[in-house]
Amino acid sequence: MMDQDFWTYFFVVLTFGLYIGIAIWARAGSTQDFYVAGHDVHPTVNGMATAADWMSAASFLSMAGLIAFLGYGGSVYLMGWTGGFVLLALLLAPFLREFGKFTVPDFVGDRYYSTTARVIAVVCTLFISFTYIAGQMKGVGVAFSGFLGVPFEWGIGIGMVIVFIYAVLGGMKGVTYTQVAQYVVMIFAYTVPAIFISLIITGNAIPQLGFISNVRGDEISMLDKLNNVVTGLGFGAYTETSKSKLDVFAITGALMFGTAGLPHVIVRFFTVRSAKAARYSAGWALVFIALLYTTAPAVGAFARLNFIDTVNEATYIEDGENYEESAAAIVADGGKPVPLWYKDWEKTGLLSYEDLNGDGIMQYRGPNAPDGLENELSPSNDIFVLANPQIAQLPGWVVGLMVAGGLAAALSTAAGLLMVISSAVSHDLCRKTLFKDMNDKTELRVARGAAASAVFAAGLLGIFSSQLGFVAQVVAFAFGLAAASLFPTIFLGIFWKRMNREGAIASMLFGLVSTFSYIVYFKFVDMDPTHWFLGVSPEGIGFVFMLGSIAVGMAVSMMSPAPPQEIQDIVEDIRVPGLRQALSAEPDGAAH
Amino acid sequence: MQEKTEIDGKGYWRAVLRLTLSLLVIWFLVSYGAGILFRDFLDQVRIGGAPLGFWFAQNGAIYVFVALIFYYCWAMGRLERKFGLKG
Repeated sequence: MMDQDFWTYFFVVLTFGLYIGIAIWARAGSTQDFYVAGHDVHPTVNGMATAADWMSAASFLSMAGLIAFLGYGGSVYLMGWTGGFVLLALLLAPFLREFGKFTVPDFVGDRYYSTTARVIAVVCTLFISFTYIAGQMKGVGVAFSGFLGVPFEWGIGIGMVIVFIYAVLGGMKGVTYTQVAQYVVMIFAYTVPAIFISLIITGNAIPQLGFISNVRGDEISMLDKLNNVVTGLGFGAYTETSKSKLDVFAITGALMFGTAGLPHVIVRFFTVRSAKAARYSAGWALVFIALLYTTAPAVGAFARLNFIDTVNEATYIEDGENYEESAAAIVADGGKPVPLWYKDWEKTGLLSYEDLNGDGIMQYRGPNAPDGLENELSPSNDIFVLANPQIAQLPGWVVGLMVAGGLAAALSTAAGLLMVISSAVSHDLCRKTLFKDMNDKTELRVARGAAASAVFAAGLLGIFSSQLGFVAQVVAFAFGLAAASLFPTIFLGIFWKRMNREGAIASMLFGLVSTFSYIVYFKFVDMDPTHWFLGVSPEGIGFVFMLGSIAVGMAVSMMSPAPPQEIQDIVEDIRVPGLRQALSAEPDGAAH
Repeated sequence: MQEKTEIDGKGYWRAVLRLTLSLLVIWFLVSYGAGILFRDFLDQVRIGGAPLGFWFAQNGAIYVFVALIFYYCWAMGRLERKFGLKG
């Protein structure tokens, strides 16, 4: 482990130094730099930054493991978290860029000529972003405590300091270029072990092809073998799910429309030069995301197969024993010793084994095991990606890189969220609502102050929420709320001229209140799935209420006066690229 | 710089809506369609070692999404040129 610790520290210190170096180089000088990186980021570069911004600790560490356990059921994440970018590219990003503002509440406030609408959008933005950031900070804490033996709270503290330095100093500009570096670290750390695992299991070096290939040296396809193995142990078939079709549909929808409505993703498209650049940028973002997202299901399937192969029915070796001697003795008896990587990871608490039948052999079983044996193993979702390099017997430096990759995923998303939180407070709440005579310099100071307080609040939230242990449940909030409250208002604001202030306020409030109440009720009060509305789970309800929110917004708009003529003109202008910027006297619109 | 009156904004917007709608139909068909609604039917066919519907849900839809966005970028560029807008 000595060698291991060295490499982990080496990569963590190296990458953190890199991020801080970039922040100092990309210091923000104006609010325009701070909020939108001067509207001057190259589309491909922004695509890469968006990919890092978007792929969180959950995508990097947990998703493949989640798919490994859920099989087909995990498809909702794969389709949902990528399909949203099609909606962004076709329905939102280029038009919002054409509108030429700094933040999502800024668009809502101006398009709906209403401070009330702006403040409601700020509330939605803050709620969504704080929910999301708590999970990121927790991820940072887990990575530090799991790998470097630093206490959990200290890990979060270190993460806070790093994000503080580059987000508060560099603003969006600093965040953009650190995100590019973080993407590179992340994708390298993810794909290298995946290639080796694919080679071991299928003999094909490309995980996406290994996914649909035969098992190495066998006539049976990898997925068929996996199906046979898991059903033989009493789990549901890998390529099936216990969820209803309607629920799978709704969850996929909530995640897709939620992705398109997430403020920290939308603002990334404000950093490019034009509507055209915003479209290309969305394409590049999805290319960079797809590299990881098409690898993840392969990693999930390989990991599940490999886990069962090496751990199920293995003879356990106690901590006090000499691993090599005991393993050799077990092999000599014709048995299978617990693999070394298992023993290494057991210490982190991500794997646990309880010898229920007292035979010293590790039984991994599903709920309907044909041999009637009880399950004795509980691996966590995160273990598969983390243990991949060791399972593939890769050298110690790959594991170190993996840790740096996990931290990069968490920090890049946290920084993107912090920018959204600080701009919602300093720009929309302070400058546009409370202190309208504030100058640019003061606003920049307020923005930095808001980012600093947000870092602090996020850290506390990370510590607090993981003590309560419901981080995973509240993620449903972020997507559901983004889908039901922000998406309809932005979408109708572009595609339906008649949408007015009253409609927007009603639509956002309906989406916010209905989704919030449904999730709270079914996650914390009545946990019986048979009571679900139309059989739709809290994860998918955002999709249903999004449709409701669109209907409410349109109905209320029709019953109240049409928006002022100048607003209708603006809507026509943002639909035609170049028009608004040519006509507008906005300094940021005339920048090129 | 273009004057507002010289551009057929309405015609351009109609063309954009047509393009957007047809791409969204494909977007719907490869994900909700192939991956969820018609997956049992598609699973009768296999792509390599994977049932086709399952493959669309876990890999195929994502490839089509990427292609859709880049096609949209290209087609929008063509529309902008056709209607004499600055790109």
